[in-house]
Amino acid sequence: MTTNEKLYLFWRKTKNNAMLLFSLACLLIAVTPLVLIFSYTLIQGFSALNIDFFIQMPKPVGETGGGMANALVGTGILIGLGALFGLPVGIMAGIYLAEYGDNPLAATVRFLADVLSGIPSIVVGVVAYIIVVLPMKHFSALAGGVALAILMIPTVTRTTEEMIRLVPQSYREAGLAIGIPRWKTTLRIILPTALKGITTGILLAIARAAGETAPLLFTALGNRFWSTAIDQPIGSLTVFIYDYSKAPFEDWIRQAWGAAFMLITLIFLLSVIFRIVTRSRYEEH
Amino acid sequence: MIPIDVSTAGGGGSAHPVAVPSLRRGTKTRWNVGDFVFKHLTMLFAFGVLSLVFLMGYEMYAGSALTISKFGWNFLATSTWDPVRDEFGALPLIFGTLLSSFLALLIALPLSLGVAIFLSELAPRWLERPFSFLVELLAAIPSIVYGLWGIFVLVPWLRQSIQPWLASHFSSLPFFKGPAYGFGMLAAALILAVMVLPIIASISRDVLQAIPNIQREAALGLGATRWESTKIILSTAKSGILGATLLGLGRAVGETMAVTMVIGNRSEISASLFSPAYSMASVIANEFAEATSKMYTSALIEVAFVLFVLTIVLNALARLIVWSVTRRFKTT
Repeated sequence: MTTNEKLYLFWRKTKNNAMLLFSLACLLIAVTPLVLIFSYTLIQGFSALNIDFFIQMPKPVGETGGGMANALVGTGILIGLGALFGLPVGIMAGIYLAEYGDNPLAATVRFLADVLSGIPSIVVGVVAYIIVVLPMKHFSALAGGVALAILMIPTVTRTTEEMIRLVPQSYREAGLAIGIPRWKTTLRIILPTALKGITTGILLAIARAAGETAPLLFTALGNRFWSTAIDQPIGSLTVFIYDYSKAPFEDWIRQAWGAAFMLITLIFLLSVIFRIVTRSRYEEH
Repeated sequence: MIPIDVSTAGGGGSAHPVAVPSLRRGTKTRWNVGDFVFKHLTMLFAFGVLSLVFLMGYEMYAGSALTISKFGWNFLATSTWDPVRDEFGALPLIFGTLLSSFLALLIALPLSLGVAIFLSELAPRWLERPFSFLVELLAAIPSIVYGLWGIFVLVPWLRQSIQPWLASHFSSLPFFKGPAYGFGMLAAALILAVMVLPIIASISRDVLQAIPNIQREAALGLGATRWESTKIILSTAKSGILGATLLGLGRAVGETMAVTMVIGNRSEISASLFSPAYSMASVIANEFAEATSKMYTSALIEVAFVLFVLTIVLNALARLIVWSVTRRFKTT
């Protein structure tokens, strides 16, 4: 090799190593906020988590202490309502897409489900306001549940479809071969096989719905008092965090961090479970 | 049961009956009520999902009828947001949304590409799995937690360290004028960048991984370095990465809580990154529950409708592009 060629090769190798370092640096920069946010939330929020936090009601303005029992229950009720409305629609649509999904209608549904998942949650909240709050003439947990249901539907549909598609074709053929009607094969053989994956998909959708704040701001509104009625405003963990974060009281801000810590721990756990289940299923086949 | 017509078929004059599938029922082998009901029941629900999107669009369009008839297209072009006098112009909102999103993309795109390249091309398998997961975990953090971190960590840091430094070194540029509140366009852009990064990175990584290894092997076989082969792969993946970017833009445009908590919530257009701004999602989050008049509510619903249309267009475009790229490389 001439010295010129050697020099050029050296230059190319240097560029190569520089890009390697650059992309590694990008990765570290990208992961830094995650570490920062999680550790900051942990440090700030852990001290706020005591038994009072989970059992007591919010105290009046200015008094320290108190908890967010009503917000926890509220989130539970809202998610329950959302699941009640959203899961049947999502699962049935997912079954349709997986079992009968080779036609243009199915392709459109798939496409629109993806589009639906990209619609901002605040817009979904506005729609829930228009179709539930306006006719009922007041804010309610029902409206919040409807908003969360609309948010859950695309995730549940796509996960159900993918999990059912993972079931080997031989199962279907076996069922049909021994004379079971198609619908029974789907319900009694395919669905139970895919159930583990579908359940984790549902859990993921619920985790995401649990973290939503914007649509609840003007559907379920929020409630500092104990309420489990479906037709009344109801508090929720996320709106609780939002309200307390704007407060001038240190005690409230501490509680907001505690609630935030709980929220991200829950979501992280569910994401990990989802990842483990889907990874292992994917590698099985 | 197979519909069987016991008829005298075959050559004329044969005496014994021949079992022939009935031609009236076509060649379907199984006809079952359960199958019919099940298929159409699931189809009904699938159709429901489809109609949901149209229902949403229609309801919002109908709900904003008041302001559409009063302002028409001027709604998108004027700047006064005055609920007291029922004068509504959404231009500062659109400006705030678009500027914060584009700035976020500017910051996030190079970083995401670096992450995607590292994860798909350069990282060994044992490193790639956990780090991919970590990046996706970033996308799972709820917006409100980002907002909380933004208020108590990012904004004070900007106010005390970054903005004074920028103001002292680049004071001649119009982008860094004005008092350093911390809250404002810069904070919103930074937080959006962190939120958008995992989306662009994960989808770009998927697109890069979908490209068959043959291309990399061919480049390496001709003596290219890893980076040079990556450059070739990148040019193949260009449209997929564009799709990922559009998806990220769609998320940034619709992001509510984190932006509301740090953007300053002032409906004004300004060139400075330090000044507070307002976004479409933020105005809805802040003012919807307290909208007093029908005109006010209608104005906010119209803002939601604009946001709806914007995100649908971005998402539809993005999905089409990403689909076409990953489908191109699916061999089986």
